Amino acid sequence: MLEEVFRNEWGRVLASLVGFLGDFDRAEEAAQEAFTIAAQQWPESGLPDNPGAWLVRTARNRAIDRIRRERTLAQKIRLLPVPEAATMDEFDDIELDETVIKDERLELIFTCCHPALPLEGQVALTLRALGGLATAEIARAFLVSEETMKRRLSRAKAKIKATGIPFAVPDAHRLPDRLDAVLAVVYLIYNEGYAGRGDLGAEAIRLGRVLSGLMPDEPETHGLLALMMIHDARRRARFAGEDLVLLEDQDRSLWDAPQLAAGQAVLERAVALGGRGPYVVQAAIASLQTRERVDWARVAGLYRRLVELTGSPVVRLNHAAAMAQAGDPAAALRTVDALDPELDGYLYLHSTRGELLHRLGRDDDARTAYRRALELATSTPERRFLTRRLEEI
Amino acid sequence: MQYALMFYAEPGMEAGLSEAEREAVQAEFLALADDPRRVGGARLQPVETATCVRVTGGRTLVTDGPFADTKEVLGGFAVVEAADLDEALEMAARIPAARFGGVVEVRPVVRR
Repeated sequence: MLEEVFRNEWGRVLASLVGFLGDFDRAEEAAQEAFTIAAQQWPESGLPDNPGAWLVRTARNRAIDRIRRERTLAQKIRLLPVPEAATMDEFDDIELDETVIKDERLELIFTCCHPALPLEGQVALTLRALGGLATAEIARAFLVSEETMKRRLSRAKAKIKATGIPFAVPDAHRLPDRLDAVLAVVYLIYNEGYAGRGDLGAEAIRLGRVLSGLMPDEPETHGLLALMMIHDARRRARFAGEDLVLLEDQDRSLWDAPQLAAGQAVLERAVALGGRGPYVVQAAIASLQTRERVDWARVAGLYRRLVELTGSPVVRLNHAAAMAQAGDPAAALRTVDALDPELDGYLYLHSTRGELLHRLGRDDDARTAYRRALELATSTPERRFLTRRLEEI
Repeated sequence: MQYALMFYAEPGMEAGLSEAEREAVQAEFLALADDPRRVGGARLQPVETATCVRVTGGRTLVTDGPFADTKEVLGGFAVVEAADLDEALEMAARIPAARFGGVVEVRPVVRR
């Protein structure tokens, strides 16, 4: 239970400390200390009324003590004063109103996902600072050593400090671009989880929930959350043993019905806010695809909109697949053929092409396309799926 | 904080611009020069005027040309005072090179 409280409070406590101390490392150190003290005291004393406020107050006091000690030490050995010394007098006057601790997690998210940081640093820092994951956990999730992850995190923190990346929610005119960057990081974390690391999927959904709670008027934050929840609801049905199961063949009783319904409710909220952005559209597509009878013409229409929004060739490919499902494989094939040079190295171009050719009765060409897809397959489930398909044709 | 905004562009970039674009570029440089947040900087003469100096083993070696053989060359720099990186990035985005296929590198200046 204590772990659950810690998990929920970490981001808020750390954000408040970064805001107060203006320094990531100090904030993290102080938060860590406060959580350690809590772990010792709370099992005996019971939870305080407001655990978050307790943790922030304890961490602040520790940080102030530490800064004082450093200042005294610096004076004793006649070094230059530590930079923080100048602000020490301000600390003495601070009274923490325990009932209202300002939630500064949004500031923290925008700092962690600043585009001046390398993407892998943004991802790691977001998981560490907001998700409260330990460095070792993040390292495991990304299949790198703990040492590597530690370096990645400290490089990111060092750049924040050295270059003056602000701890602030961007101004209105910068917000759209910067919000895109934040959403991209959360979605990237989710996709890492979708590729097989379940914890990251759950973590991304937690982050998505925090974000849509903090920015309730931004449709795209709800769109992203809905997209992740709807996909996640089908997680258990995507594999049968080692085999990939296509959407139309999935056992719907394995779907997480409450999660699906909750995801769809979030989507409705996004649409009600006027959301027509890429995440809202993707969530709407995912939602339509969970219906008993999929309205492929509508799905194709949404993909067309997504092509307009993103210009992505992969989205064009999905659009083509939806057109085929809606009953026009010939038009779909024309679209796919037009994408060939651009996406030649992309497995799903060739598997989609194979499927379309098969439907049009051109089985020899279909087999050639599936063989090309098989050459490009890297994972066992993909290889098994394509081999099976080749045998069936 | 102080930041250096260093702009790089392909030589001859301005030759490809229309008269109106060239005037706009000129106006933007003047605006930057007048910006009270600018504390220093310079636009540089073309890269053909560059000379490199190295000292090895007490000998001074002088060679023609820029240091690195890249397509884009340093066209100049400005040192600005900004509240944070975002403000510096915004100023960088207004340097014409950023828009005409070049790039502006932003780095904090070492505090003395």
